[in-house]
Amino acid sequence: MTTTSTILVILFIILAPVIGGIISGGDRIISAKMQSRVGPPIVQPFYDVLKLMGKENLVVNRYHGDYMICFLIFTIVSGCLFFGGNNLLLVIFALIVAGVFLVLAAYCTNSPYALIGAERELLQMLAAEPMIILSAVGLYVVTGTFDVYGIANCQHIPIIYLPGVFIALTYVLTIKLRKSPFDLSTSHHAHQELVKGLTTEFAGPSLGLFEIAHWYETVLLLAMIFLFFGSYWILGIILAVIIYFIEILIDNINARIKWELMLISAWAVTLILGVGNLMILYFVFHI
Amino acid sequence: MGYFAKSPWLLHYDGSSCNGCDIEVLACLMPKYDVERFGIINTGNPKHADVFLITGGINTQNIDVVKNIYNQMGEPKVVVAVGTCATSGHFFSECYNIIGGVDKVIPVDVYAPGCAAKPEMIIDAVVKGLGILEEKKKKMSPK
Repeated sequence: MTTTSTILVILFIILAPVIGGIISGGDRIISAKMQSRVGPPIVQPFYDVLKLMGKENLVVNRYHGDYMICFLIFTIVSGCLFFGGNNLLLVIFALIVAGVFLVLAAYCTNSPYALIGAERELLQMLAAEPMIILSAVGLYVVTGTFDVYGIANCQHIPIIYLPGVFIALTYVLTIKLRKSPFDLSTSHHAHQELVKGLTTEFAGPSLGLFEIAHWYETVLLLAMIFLFFGSYWILGIILAVIIYFIEILIDNINARIKWELMLISAWAVTLILGVGNLMILYFVFHI
Repeated sequence: MGYFAKSPWLLHYDGSSCNGCDIEVLACLMPKYDVERFGIINTGNPKHADVFLITGGINTQNIDVVKNIYNQMGEPKVVVAVGTCATSGHFFSECYNIIGGVDKVIPVDVYAPGCAAKPEMIIDAVVKGLGILEEKKKKMSPK
């Protein structure tokens, strides 16, 4: 590891929860404004997590806490791999492993709501992951490397060659961020039973860990969007902000859908926009 | 002020209320009062909640439900009885199936009378409950 990558990894570990928390707080304020409410202060997610950390930890299975810690660690590891400039495929696989630990944490509670939530989380992964891997492939086709720094330093802007892949990635981003209409496994709004799904049995500190891991995940996913702009990082940040605003808008104007529609639509988008984009690159532009 | 006072999550349970108080509880969450300004969120999950709002009196059918929900909530927790029915049973108190106010079954920390309890009263009761929440947290910590 070079000095730059070490600094970036350390910055990610320290700053990602701060940025993720502020994004989440901003999300709540913008959502409130869209519903003509005032909304909480921007630091509200930090208050929530600090409160959750002080609450009694009700665990029904002794391994539950371990799974949650593994979920957090693997989310951080995948972020560190990304900002350390490693292979993009490795980053994606580490993120999937983190997701599996979350599903295990929900399964081990034996609650029917958590079980359904866990199964839906698996379906969400099934719907979203092909497109995320395909976006790594797309970036490889354009830049000739899976290396994160290699992609970030490439001379041209990958999004010009990969508009379809980018739109499809934005589509599955809604699934990864668990926003309506794809908040099947669990919703980040306070809800009950089936809607809360996965996190039904998470109480106090373990729900706090889930929130922190979600902040890391949000930053990592937005960083992947950012990667589509290569070395034009200002453009990347502006587009990442716009994309997140669109996600909030979609979250507020959509109702939850059934899992069949999520799976079919996500795969259709992956096939048509993702694979279609790569095929046009190959057959028409011979890249 | 600790973090419990800044992020109290509510759990609302309707005992045998006429729905008057329930509508007032929901009115607190709507744009006019918007309690999310104070970090208050209405959760439906006892494991996530800090404040237990009960409307309506306790009857023979929901006595176990109320006890169960109360036991599922993690410490520290506060119980707020919203409306006169929840505080004493009100005009249902002499019905054959009504046991009485919520305090007959679980310990109540704050009483918010009114028929129906006004949103201002409910918000005031929850804010009073926050002080108790902090005190309970302080008692918890030495353990």
